[in-house]
Amino acid sequence: MATINKSAVQEVVTVVSNKRVGAYHQILLNVGDIVKSCRPGNFVAIKVGGDASRMILRRAFAISRTSESSQYGGTMELIVAPHGQGSKWLCSQPEGTEVDIVAPLGTAFGIPTEPISALLIGGGYGSAPLFGLADVLKSRGCKVDMLLGASVGSKIYAPMEGKRSVNSLKIYTEDGSMGETGRVTENLLDIVRDRNIDVIYSCGPMAMLSAITELVAETGVIHQCAVEESMACGVGICMTCVLPVRNEDGSTSMLRSCIDGPVMDGASVRWDLVGKVPEALA
Amino acid sequence: MTLPVDMSTTLGNAWFPAPIFTASGCASSGKELAQFFPLNQIGAVVTKSVMSKPRHGRPTPRMAETPSGMLNSIGLQGPGIDSFLANDVPWLLEQKARVIVSIAGETVEEYSTLARKLRSVSGISAVEVNISCPNVENRGLVFACDPDASRRVIDGVRKTIGGDLPIIAKLSPDVTDLPAIARGVVDAGADGLALINTVLGMVINIDSMKPHLGGKTGGLSGPAIKPVAVRAIYQVHAALPKIPILGMGGVSSGRDALELILAGASGVSVGTASFGNPSAPIQIQRELAELLAARGFATMQQAIGYAHRDEA
Repeated sequence: MATINKSAVQEVVTVVSNKRVGAYHQILLNVGDIVKSCRPGNFVAIKVGGDASRMILRRAFAISRTSESSQYGGTMELIVAPHGQGSKWLCSQPEGTEVDIVAPLGTAFGIPTEPISALLIGGGYGSAPLFGLADVLKSRGCKVDMLLGASVGSKIYAPMEGKRSVNSLKIYTEDGSMGETGRVTENLLDIVRDRNIDVIYSCGPMAMLSAITELVAETGVIHQCAVEESMACGVGICMTCVLPVRNEDGSTSMLRSCIDGPVMDGASVRWDLVGKVPEALA
Repeated sequence: MTLPVDMSTTLGNAWFPAPIFTASGCASSGKELAQFFPLNQIGAVVTKSVMSKPRHGRPTPRMAETPSGMLNSIGLQGPGIDSFLANDVPWLLEQKARVIVSIAGETVEEYSTLARKLRSVSGISAVEVNISCPNVENRGLVFACDPDASRRVIDGVRKTIGGDLPIIAKLSPDVTDLPAIARGVVDAGADGLALINTVLGMVINIDSMKPHLGGKTGGLSGPAIKPVAVRAIYQVHAALPKIPILGMGGVSSGRDALELILAGASGVSVGTASFGNPSAPIQIQRELAELLAARGFATMQQAIGYAHRDEA
């Protein structure tokens, strides 16, 4: 009986479409019944490079959204930035390619039972899973505001259809090429106060997640963030993706962001200790 | 119609129905892989090396992918032996998995303390004594690089643990005379040898222009080191043909596993391959059975060391 990775399956699936969107690729996979167990925040681990590849490790991607259509059955959408060799390989795969995936993996964003006011904050392609989350929150009667930030406009991912699920969308770029000039954290506290935000959901670079946690620390707002740490396996066996997380008794444990994350309570992550060993300061 | 190959094997006095094992440090304590295949279908789960006390391990980054391999620098993060024996071993035994417990210590005494705790635990098939983890603070503490220190650790474990439980000493390939180290630990009481641990390596990040890993150095694993494993197993089997070897190092297919067996391994651990493919152990075991059958072996054990048959 498995107690970890309970919903995960390993399967060979087909690329339904692969489109360029700004600096990213929107990749649609036909995953059949796997969609039934996918929740916003979960990720997928994909084998890259083909059988003769010298890349031996899977690459982890946030599941942007899933849908069940009559035409394709269950599909899973990924927003991929062609940064490294593995993601470049995936972005170059045409429609019809078969890929070996393990999904769904990791924790999901907690969905409130009450119709709360939620603020969704995405950095770069970190916005991808937030649109699927916005759909779910909206269907529960939540008010959903969204802030997206990136260095330049081409790195903002905000699809037209995604905007339908949010009450408001504000965009920031550091060079001012789209939306306001600056970062998502710019007027964060004002926004939280003015809109009576109960929960912040975030996904993006670690520095952004850490900055949001610090800003809202005194406000009582819950901050659920999807962390990004380099992983070798994605299923909890390699121990490379650990983050220092505060336990209830005040001690710190190195938790795996693949099985105890990617979605974590921002306030429990010891951002000051990321990249260090807790004992050094104990 | 060919009869199925008898895949059973032994390591010392421990019997296993199948010759594919997980590798310590690459399967945690088994729970994570149970979703992908029944753990009782492979030879045994070799658990992550456990120390006396809970341990945080090394800082991140702990991993760097390299051509056909990876470096890891985990530093033996773990729950400590008491929590491990209370939680992880009972769960594995409930799954009817066979269990080889891997232990690691910073001193000769720590290994003996760990052995004392294992002595009273029933249901364990063997103990792997990891004297070759490269990710410890002081490289001088890698016992397996020093013949005398290796012997003292195994001698301490042997004396503490008593007669029955097979002791498998895990050795490093990063030494000048591996057969001499192997002979030393066998003389001190090891029943078998685990070959090979990772190979010490380093990656420098050309953007930061500093070592990439938090621990600076790391252990290289994956297909890149398979020829090193084959060589090490071949050398040690030639020197000590009666001593069972649990082989590991870059095995990611049935062909790789067969290569290690032909070199002299009685069983094969699958490690890094599970990171890229969580079903790897069971797939490799199936492929191995087919390859042995195709070569006319009635039993896996007939193939052990078969590559040595023309040696004088």
